[in-house]
Amino acid sequence: MKRVAIQAADFDVAAELAALEALGGGGVASFTGVVRGDGGLVALELEHYPAMTQAQVHRIVDEALARWPLLGVSVIHRFGRLEPGARIVFVGTASRHRTAALESCAFLIDWMKSDAPFWKKEHFAGGETQWVAARAEDEAKAQGWKS
Amino acid sequence: MADLTIVYFAWVREAIGRDQEQVARPAPTASVADLVATLATRGGGYAEALGDPARLRAAIDQRFVPLDSLIGDAREVALFPPVTGG
Repeated sequence: MKRVAIQAADFDVAAELAALEALGGGGVASFTGVVRGDGGLVALELEHYPAMTQAQVHRIVDEALARWPLLGVSVIHRFGRLEPGARIVFVGTASRHRTAALESCAFLIDWMKSDAPFWKKEHFAGGETQWVAARAEDEAKAQGWKS
Repeated sequence: MADLTIVYFAWVREAIGRDQEQVARPAPTASVADLVATLATRGGGYAEALGDPARLRAAIDQRFVPLDSLIGDAREVALFPPVTGG
């Protein structure tokens, strides 16, 4: 099972996990990213490259499928304006082996941060805005999977 | 050959004030970096957004590429900051 969704709408984590569990592998790992309300942040605006995003996320998922014995992968990434507490991203993996499920899940979220065409803009209570700067640490994590 | 489409994202888009435009196709020997340098000479928001290529990333026909890649017969070049999804 391979599921990639790039959407404005929220998603149902329980339903996503249930679909992975139903594959029968016995092991499901997942990561959910949620907007933090640090420093007076009132919203996160997510922009993406519509003509590229879907294909690029499929490439990342295919890389995971090539590296680990997986029965299923689900990646959901939202765009648009998201408030603190809102879910941004979901990665779920199913396998007969817990190491494969856990490692591929970590790989996928690291690569989503460094190799998927999304940009975050922070909106604060005073009306200020700021584009989030890429973190060298995130890039290093993604590079770590490439060596 | 048809014009080249350039698309902009995030603060590059905001500084330039548009999300895409068509330009005359650069010479076959032109790289993305050459295109960036040419656009930056327009001044204003272009200079602000594109004046420091080290801050930029690029895609050719929806695939990430290094800035020294040749544009060739591509249809679309995208210019943007390092991505921050996930």
